Amino acid sequence: MARSEPIADHGGNFPPTRWSVIEAVRSTDSTERTRALDVLFAAYWKPVYKYVRLKFSKPPDEAQDLTQGFFVELLERDLLSRFDPGKSRLRTYLRLCADSFVLNEIKHAGRQKRGGDAIHLALDFSAAEHELDAQTIDPASIASPEKFDEFFEKEWIRSLFSSAVEDLRRFCKSRGKPCAFSLFESYYLAESDVSYAQLAERHALASTDVTNQLAWARREFRGLAQQRLRALCSTEDEFVRESKSLFGGNF
Amino acid sequence: MGFLSDKAIARLRNAGTVPDLTATRYDLADFVARGGMGAIYRARDRVLGRIVAIKVLDATDPDGMLRERLRREARVLAQLEHPGVVPVHDAGVLPDGRVFYVMKFVEGSRLDQFIAAVNFLPERLRLFLRICDAVSFAHSHGILHRDLKPSNIMIGAFGEVLVMDWGLAKILRPDTSRAFGETLVSSAPPPPVSGDTTEQTTRTHGGMVMGTPGFMSPEQEQGSPPAVDQRSDVFSLGKLLEFVSGGRPTTPGATTIPKSLRAICNKATVGDRDERYASVADLAWDVSRYLDGQSVSAYRENFWERALRFYNRHQVAILLIAMYLLMRTVFIFYGRR
Repeated sequence: MARSEPIADHGGNFPPTRWSVIEAVRSTDSTERTRALDVLFAAYWKPVYKYVRLKFSKPPDEAQDLTQGFFVELLERDLLSRFDPGKSRLRTYLRLCADSFVLNEIKHAGRQKRGGDAIHLALDFSAAEHELDAQTIDPASIASPEKFDEFFEKEWIRSLFSSAVEDLRRFCKSRGKPCAFSLFESYYLAESDVSYAQLAERHALASTDVTNQLAWARREFRGLAQQRLRALCSTEDEFVRESKSLFGGNF
Repeated sequence: MGFLSDKAIARLRNAGTVPDLTATRYDLADFVARGGMGAIYRARDRVLGRIVAIKVLDATDPDGMLRERLRREARVLAQLEHPGVVPVHDAGVLPDGRVFYVMKFVEGSRLDQFIAAVNFLPERLRLFLRICDAVSFAHSHGILHRDLKPSNIMIGAFGEVLVMDWGLAKILRPDTSRAFGETLVSSAPPPPVSGDTTEQTTRTHGGMVMGTPGFMSPEQEQGSPPAVDQRSDVFSLGKLLEFVSGGRPTTPGATTIPKSLRAICNKATVGDRDERYASVADLAWDVSRYLDGQSVSAYRENFWERALRFYNRHQVAILLIAMYLLMRTVFIFYGRR
């Protein structure tokens, strides 16, 4: 099996009803299974790659091979079927699986390289590498295993939000509201802080329009991020917990 | 999609809680601070063209009881005319169900930030007395604050001491509203102005315990609304006194505080409310006496402590008399030779 399309950022892949990738990857319907894997990989491949790069101090080519290998093993050995949402969170489970996989690979160094008819996922490693450069993280500064947990969690959030922002961009375009996305981008994604008044001046809008459009974009972004999050959670309880931890508040 | 920086991620995480004010008369300006029960934002009131502070509570309000209570109390509090009281102007519910209330936006420093620059204990205590003055005024009108803590006290640009965040205030006396010409309670059927029913409802639906751990009285922590009265605020003020005196590890310039002042703090913060000062005025009276170098009701001094206090209080006079007596003795001694 080989994939030729990039698997990340498939924003419009969510069915309207509640749906979890954990259930969907076990589905007999191949379309649903593929869609579930796309969502899962989109959320986790970058965190896994960066984690392998930093925690195990692997050079890019080796980390790429290990990341590919990990996801292939995840599919081939059906590791997701062993995941118990009552015991841990999915990302913790995947991180531990990645740990175990990489350690095993290191132990059996020189084992046959993946290739030929092996599954190959089209992952944009250069983008992940660019992100790592932008972050300028010194692996030595991550002293304890807990810090690597935090790092993996942070990267998972970055990955989830990146996908949700991309979903929002597409959604704004489809709704004929590119200005709302542009405001959202300037206010939330730019490096420098900007006030509503500055945005109003920059976009030649009334400050009320900036307030309204940003409120709309914010609401949609939250909805889209939660939609992705819901898909990555096994139960409603887990979703509520994760949503609180992601966005805070009591809702 | 470009790379999302850590800063962008932090903003996006906050974006989930940023209030949607589109259906209100307020334009959001920026985030100010986050407290235990919600977040505060700066906003502009489009109708009156003024800058206001909006506090958004984390709790939702599915049946509208919390909003009604806040609105009712806002109306009563609006009548409290005291330079140290910053009243609530308005209250409402956001599209996501969270309750917000609006108050005057005060430029200045929070007590916990301001106190770091005040090294002189009497100056700190005089500041505390002004807090007591505002709270005592509210109590005299049957209103409890219930969330007194350093971050709810602001020192304004002109040195004014302001007690903020009356959104969680409790109105003790239903007749308070009437006293201010309030018409709400006169209509039938009378809504629960305050007390058990409203409070229980708030707890049930909002799941909230009113107050802040560390400054909240035991009866508040236990969520026992009938037991909450002005002595609960006395408890919080006792903790606040401990804070401004430097007796808490978190106080800037923390130090060992004098015994009699410690005794005042202890008396104000006794677990059994019957053992506390009966009112804020009593607490303030003891602090004033301490400031004047007089004995305080909370501490029984021994002879030496009394003598030392007497000396400290009348130091100049005692030194003058001592010098006079010394000179007189010397004069007599040498006069005889």
